[in-house]
Amino acid sequence: MIKLVVGTEALFFVVLIFGYVYFAFNPGYSPQALRLLNIRSTGMFSLFLFSSSFTYWRAEVNFDKGKLFRLKVWLTITILLGCLFLFGQGREYFNLFRENLIVSSNLFGTSFFTLTGFHGLHVFIGLIMLSIVLLLAFLGDFDRPGSSVIGTVGIYWHFVDIVWFFVFSMVYVLPHFLKQ
Amino acid sequence: MGPVRLPRPQSELPNLNVSNDQGLLQWISTVDHKQIGVMYLLFSVLFLCIGGLAALLFRIQLALPNNNFLGPEMFNQLFTMHGTTMIFFVLTPAILGFSVYFTPLMIGANEMAFPRLNAFSLWIAFFGALLLYFSFLNGGAPDGGWFNYAPLNEKQYASGNGIDYYCIGLLLGGIGTTSTAINLIVTILKCRAKTMDMRHLPVFVWMVLVNSFLILAAFPAINAALCMLLLDRQLQAHFFDPSMGGSPLLWQHLFWLFGHPEVYILILPSFGILSEVFQVFSRKPIFGYKLLVGSGIVIALLAFGVWMHHMFAAGLGITINGFFSASSLLIGVATGVKIFSWIATMWGGSLRFTTAMMFACAFLVEFTIGGLSGISFAIVPIDWQLTDTYYVVAHIHYVFIGGSLFGLLAGLFYWFPKMSGRMIPERNGKIFFWLFVIGFNMTFLVQHALGAMGMSRRVYTYPDIPGYGTLNFISTCGAFIMGMSVLYLLYLLMKNKRHGKEAPGDPWDAYTLEWMTTSPPALKNFGALPPVFSERPFRDLKTERLGKKNIN
Repeated sequence: MIKLVVGTEALFFVVLIFGYVYFAFNPGYSPQALRLLNIRSTGMFSLFLFSSSFTYWRAEVNFDKGKLFRLKVWLTITILLGCLFLFGQGREYFNLFRENLIVSSNLFGTSFFTLTGFHGLHVFIGLIMLSIVLLLAFLGDFDRPGSSVIGTVGIYWHFVDIVWFFVFSMVYVLPHFLKQ
Repeated sequence: MGPVRLPRPQSELPNLNVSNDQGLLQWISTVDHKQIGVMYLLFSVLFLCIGGLAALLFRIQLALPNNNFLGPEMFNQLFTMHGTTMIFFVLTPAILGFSVYFTPLMIGANEMAFPRLNAFSLWIAFFGALLLYFSFLNGGAPDGGWFNYAPLNEKQYASGNGIDYYCIGLLLGGIGTTSTAINLIVTILKCRAKTMDMRHLPVFVWMVLVNSFLILAAFPAINAALCMLLLDRQLQAHFFDPSMGGSPLLWQHLFWLFGHPEVYILILPSFGILSEVFQVFSRKPIFGYKLLVGSGIVIALLAFGVWMHHMFAAGLGITINGFFSASSLLIGVATGVKIFSWIATMWGGSLRFTTAMMFACAFLVEFTIGGLSGISFAIVPIDWQLTDTYYVVAHIHYVFIGGSLFGLLAGLFYWFPKMSGRMIPERNGKIFFWLFVIGFNMTFLVQHALGAMGMSRRVYTYPDIPGYGTLNFISTCGAFIMGMSVLYLLYLLMKNKRHGKEAPGDPWDAYTLEWMTTSPPALKNFGALPPVFSERPFRDLKTERLGKKNIN
């Protein structure tokens, strides 16, 4: 089931990324992406999100082996990394607001905030799911093997990560290759 | 092979602790797929009446030239609400209703895979519909047409709240539809009877499966477009606002990327219903099972390659128009395969013209007319000539009513004994059939001519040009006959639900597993299932037992 959910969500993001690219290349690549976006700091926060996929994978492995303490530790680290990523996004938005870029400023603002905002929303939902998993782990729901909860939430969390890989490439990396 | 016993559920079904005599509470709290299916159908009938009433009102406005019965603002709101309601809150819940009611029964399952999700989907879609209608109380209904083109849907041009209600209502409805689709796919893939191979799924179940994938792939496009539109209207974003460089064409692309698959979403389950009806009432197995399933899959795939034929008039260039013209013509091939399969099923069969079968036969004629007018739209110059005229209106109603709704009505008359445990007398059913078919053709056949004469749609009145007045008056009369026939149908359903003759478990001598149960089925559908080795397990069981007498 979760694969179907992720599949339909993936198409939703394909449309949003398409919308961003449609406006960013109209005509030529929008110079604002280069001027306003700080690829270094966002790249660093992206690393946190990417590594959270790794830590979640460690949590899954330890759950399969029945090592419950390590499961809780890796889960906690995953949640912290996700929070750090969201903090980075908030900081970035705050800086852009100070540069007077908001949703209604221009097309770049419109499509940038919509795309990254919807991704941030998905990270936030993922964090809620992870917190519930952690809570269940502390309540002892995973003491016996066989639960599909951790694998299911995992598919969603890795999906959110993969989406960010594409968003990051399109919004932050691509302009550097396309500049004259 | 002996019968396969189904294991008892490990825990009680969640709704069992509310007893039957608690009436309304029991319906509201239910997670039983049969009750939810019935509620979907009631939901659909409720909005059919509301949407139909809107249609009758603006048909009165159009009955005479230079009429001033409604006025332009009200006219715009009514035709928008009519289209939106009929597509999203009548046809969609009707197909979902039949899907969630009969999919588990036909595959030998006792429940959907996720019963609570099933209830959630119904209620969120229902409240989405209520929210859409709340707009009448808060500054006027949406008035941009059901496809709500940009930039007409932007704040500058539609300053009321109507379009915002349109966005949120459709988003909620979309969430419900998507989660039902997921539920149906998991049910079909995971909850089949143990011996039921994918090659043994009844055609209806196959169509539901294909359709659910189509929903999952099509709805993200409109959900994204609706979110963008809401951002445009609420946060002054500029997605579809040309004055700031936004693109109204983007709305058209996203809307039709969803919209064209949507029309197939509304017809594929009807194709499935008809495949069951034709074989049962021809007393002959369906002809070309693999062809029917295969062409359904082909239609679903092609659905994503034809959306720009709604945009020929937008000026996208010769190459694009040519490509989408060709791909749209291909759809005719896949649909033609189905039509011929059904005709071949009837060929040499011993036909029983029940009301369900009559609707199925009428479908063949009406849907072919709708298909042919569709083919004429795939040819670009004809499209340029006829776009935005009543020819389009006639076409869409021939495929939605002559196609989807006739299929659904065939299903209603076929399955009513199973769902209610009562029969509808054939005589009364046929009176309804003729009233409805005559009314429908009277309303929409003349609109082809009106369109060819150049009458544009969505304009609240028209000058007194020779022919216009007469044809429009005929159309309005037809609409009223249709309205009356729907009232008659409601009366038939209510009367026979209470006082109809009691239906046996298998009144039609049918082929699929749902007819093995009592009418109406008990809360637990099946205790034991026969082994399945074709797509007609119940028929196999009956023919095998002809000599034996141990029926259950």
